[in-house]
Amino acid sequence: MTFFLQLVVTGFALGMIYALVAIGFVIILKCSEAFNIAQGHFVLIGGYLGYTFLVTFGLPVWATLLLAILTAVVMGLLIERFALRPLVGQPVLAIIMVTIALATILGGLATLIWGAEYKAYHGLLPTITLKIGAISIPSESLIGLIVSAVTVAILMLFFRYTKIGLAMRATAEDLQVVQSVGIKATTVYAVSWVIACVVGVIGGILLGGVSGANMELAEVGLKAFAVVLLGGVNSIGGAIVAGIILGMLENVAAGYLDPLLPGGGLAKVFPFIVMIIVLIFRPYGLFGLVRIERI
Amino acid sequence: MGSHFGTFQESYAQDLAIFRTKLHWGVLFVFLVFLFTCPLFFSDRMLTIMTMIGITVISVHGLNILTGYCGQISIGHAGFMAVGGYTSAILCAKLGWPFWVALPCGALSAGIAGLIFGLPSLKIKGFYLIMATIAAQFIIIWTIIQLRSITGGPDGLSVPKPVIGSIVLSSKTNYFYLVMVVTCLATLLAKNIVRTRAGRAFIAIRDNDLAAEVMGISLWSYKLQAFFIGCVYAGVAGSLLIHYYSFASTDQFPFMDSVWYLGMLIVGGMGSTTGAIFGAVSLKLLDELVTMAGPVLSAAVAPQAAASLALISHGLIIIIFLIFEPRGLHHRWEMIKAYFRLWPFSHEE
Repeated sequence: MTFFLQLVVTGFALGMIYALVAIGFVIILKCSEAFNIAQGHFVLIGGYLGYTFLVTFGLPVWATLLLAILTAVVMGLLIERFALRPLVGQPVLAIIMVTIALATILGGLATLIWGAEYKAYHGLLPTITLKIGAISIPSESLIGLIVSAVTVAILMLFFRYTKIGLAMRATAEDLQVVQSVGIKATTVYAVSWVIACVVGVIGGILLGGVSGANMELAEVGLKAFAVVLLGGVNSIGGAIVAGIILGMLENVAAGYLDPLLPGGGLAKVFPFIVMIIVLIFRPYGLFGLVRIERI
Repeated sequence: MGSHFGTFQESYAQDLAIFRTKLHWGVLFVFLVFLFTCPLFFSDRMLTIMTMIGITVISVHGLNILTGYCGQISIGHAGFMAVGGYTSAILCAKLGWPFWVALPCGALSAGIAGLIFGLPSLKIKGFYLIMATIAAQFIIIWTIIQLRSITGGPDGLSVPKPVIGSIVLSSKTNYFYLVMVVTCLATLLAKNIVRTRAGRAFIAIRDNDLAAEVMGISLWSYKLQAFFIGCVYAGVAGSLLIHYYSFASTDQFPFMDSVWYLGMLIVGGMGSTTGAIFGAVSLKLLDELVTMAGPVLSAAVAPQAAASLALISHGLIIIIFLIFEPRGLHHRWEMIKAYFRLWPFSHEE
């Protein structure tokens, strides 16, 4: 039982990070109807940025976060302006391919700059240890949980109370109405990409703190897709719930089934199995809108 | 007087012919003669490149039918190649079946895998279908690694050299001929499949699936047919690839290849058989260029520069084509042909 609870708790913390990354995806999708395959590579860049600022430059944690967020903002603006904006109004495939291409370019840049090597910065993030009965919560996971929760809360407030946040929600509802009241759609798109980059990079630093930065961080993006599909592609709340569910399921399944399977590595395909099941039985996810199509 | 100006089709058969003029036939003849005499004046390295290009062309034809004509986007094509490749490898290596029986069996098994993973396409499309096919890629590769007793798992599987009749295809030249014959047949078949009733149904589904259904096209049947045909092509390509190396390994079918096949389709031009060839050939040649430039760059900049150059150049090419030439090389080729056909009266017709 302790083993099970331990898996659930660790999975919960992991799931919170998945949720954070998935939110970035949902925001872009809601605002500009672009499916961002490169979300996982924002995480990858984030993980390596964490290494550069914390270890190479030896900066404190707050400065690292600040600089990483700044980098993410610049990255988001550049990506939106030069890759996505020329393709506004193009078919789904073009947008998806452009984000796939972005993913390869970001992967290539990460290889060029950091050499695709494993970079550990274990123990540099602040630690808080918490023990409930026999279950100990790993300190890095707890930090991940707290930072993710705070980021999600900030985003919620942003969408509720700021002008641009409201404009983004309105754009998600109806682009034409938004344009007719004088909101610039391009600004909204740019901000949505910036937010996606920022949450991706934060997620990357958190995951890097747990397991070190390497090229496999990009696979978190694939897990985020499973999260997004499970929660419903246009629901931020759904992404949070589904992220936590998936994190727990994955941890529990890997904990119990991996010893039984010869090759192991169930955690790697688990999100895809969830994905296929969701797509066959409930394609619009738990909280997604069922789309009605007309000719 | 009495001589023709321009090309006239005077019967239905003439109108439908793929090669309509004497010039077409002439160019085809010269091209085929060139293709099949290549081993006489090309080095082994060049033949290897051409063999790989041939295999890629077959695979991209399949993806073109599925994605370019039927509009069902798949990023799991390398996974389906793996199914075909491994099936024929196992049939040859473990059961001792002859190569020419194992190849169609591999193709068929890939087609069946395509049918299974194509099932979600009946309910979903666009991004959702992409996710389902990405999932297919990872699940297939994972399953192959898990079935260690049959597939050799991560260690791979040695496959005997293919034998047809009494000829052992052990040399690069032999295998080059085999691949080129299959590629030419596959191209002819692909060109004709899209001109059949099924092909026109695919196009209708791509352009508007709801409208197609209202017109009486069974989405259920035709979407699955597209998946089946596309994946049979992948299966043929996969087994040719594995038999070329005489070794089966999951590393031969990475996820990035699936993405890259779609990239070839974009560069070449979707929904055109010629485009599929253009895309596969040009991007494979670019790959070779990058491979050649790699060591120079690695020495000049940093050891990892070669690997990153490949990734960055792939990504940039796709973005540039999407933004500046969304209809691909095939469209540009048609424009060039039209220019010369109409010259000097470019506004006529």
